[in-house]
Amino acid sequence: MKLARFHTSVSFLVLILVWEILARFSGWSRYVFPDPLTVVASMAELIQNGTLLKHTIASLYRVTWGFYLAIVFGIPLGILLGRITILHRMTNPLIQFLRPISPLAWIPLSMLWFGIGDRPAIFLIFLSSFFPLTVSTTIAVRNINPTYFQVAANFNFSRFETIFRLIVPAIVPEVVTALRISVTIAWLVVVAAEMIAVQSGLGYLILDARNALRMDYVMDGMIVIGLIGLLLDTLMKRLAKIESARWGTQAR
Amino acid sequence: MAEIRLENLSKEYVNRRRRRRSRQEPYQKPGDRVLVLDGINLEFKEGEMVCILGPSGCGKSTLLRIIAGFDRPTAGRVFIGGKEVCGPRSDSIFVFQYSGLLPWMTVAENVGLGLRHLKDPQEKADKIREYIEMVELEGFESYYPHQLSGGMLRRAELARALAVNPSLLIMDEPFSGLDFLTHMKMREEVVNMHEFLGKTTLVVTHDIDDALIMGDRIVVLSGRPSTVKLEQTLDFPRPRDFERSPELSRLRSEIFLMLGVPYAV
Repeated sequence: MKLARFHTSVSFLVLILVWEILARFSGWSRYVFPDPLTVVASMAELIQNGTLLKHTIASLYRVTWGFYLAIVFGIPLGILLGRITILHRMTNPLIQFLRPISPLAWIPLSMLWFGIGDRPAIFLIFLSSFFPLTVSTTIAVRNINPTYFQVAANFNFSRFETIFRLIVPAIVPEVVTALRISVTIAWLVVVAAEMIAVQSGLGYLILDARNALRMDYVMDGMIVIGLIGLLLDTLMKRLAKIESARWGTQAR
Repeated sequence: MAEIRLENLSKEYVNRRRRRRSRQEPYQKPGDRVLVLDGINLEFKEGEMVCILGPSGCGKSTLLRIIAGFDRPTAGRVFIGGKEVCGPRSDSIFVFQYSGLLPWMTVAENVGLGLRHLKDPQEKADKIREYIEMVELEGFESYYPHQLSGGMLRRAELARALAVNPSLLIMDEPFSGLDFLTHMKMREEVVNMHEFLGKTTLVVTHDIDDALIMGDRIVVLSGRPSTVKLEQTLDFPRPRDFERSPELSRLRSEIFLMLGVPYAV
């Protein structure tokens, strides 16, 4: 475990070193390609005056809402589509039609519908995670070993029990993987949405810094985005390690 | 209660395969109707252990699935205790060929599946312990199925089935995939369980020795479409032994011949 952590820190150290060398010898000015030290100094400044925290919280707030909404609607819909073949046949083409449309293409419409503020951004994040979650849940439900449904019938499971003691635990491993992927997509989309629709958040911080030609602030924003992405992934990995979700990784 | 009667049972299904499963199988186009069971008439008495033998792909498992209520016959009817079977019931528990334990539940939770109606948690826990002890899985209550060996999985599933106290136990190839020694031990355990509890038990197997050692009666089915080729009551005392009972080994050779393996004799 300690060795693994050491390896991770080595990769980050190498990245910083390469960055330093590039910044020093590329011939670009500090304003175009700031070196690590400048960026760290400016980050300290942003932390001190509270801007960084404010923007980070604004972004996380939107991701949390959009992602929760996607979970609340996407997973039950996925279960429904996985179990009811007629419904699946009717809606699957629709979902596959809407899915490849980038959430960013929805920006104009969502701004018209929801105005300026948190709501269009939340809507875009919802869209970005809703389709992948629904599709993976549907596939996971359809892949459940039919033997388990026979066991359920044999032991007189009620409909409620079939859902909560069979379907839900059976799809947990796949759904956790889907959550891990879609939270990353949601996090990608929030930054893009904030560059257009709102006046706060890390995306806005980057856009605003670009307008002020402060590339060090731009890099600060990028670093925080990366760090939070890393954190979210770690959280999701933790989720996958819960005892009841673990059977999927070792069995089958 | 668990007197079972199969009346003129037939099962057809629509072929969906493009390729044959074996060279012996006749050619069939997708969409063709394939007759698997052809007018099966059988009766099983209460408390009897009947072993059903037959060549592979002959519809043994289909027959069991129809008796369990998982599948509907195309024609004919199944009666258990005078009532017609029209769906799965917890009165006849199926033990699956490959593990039917729910992998997200521990051994104790799996065994407790058939005891959900018990309101008193103490009574339920006692019952679960009783059946886990019966199959000698003490200490493994909180293990998940993927942490158990093949033999332990079978025993856990057997405990789960027995805990319901069903009037009929249906076992589909209960020993397939076990190593030789585990196979022998499991077979002995199932026989002991049957002697002890006297449950009506149907066992599908392709292993002739298993059928002759275990069964109160054996039923041999022919290849597809299946008909009953032989029904034979085995009045031999247990534990049975081919060496000591020339009659049993003569029957064994006969069945080997019947299933088309003369050189195995």
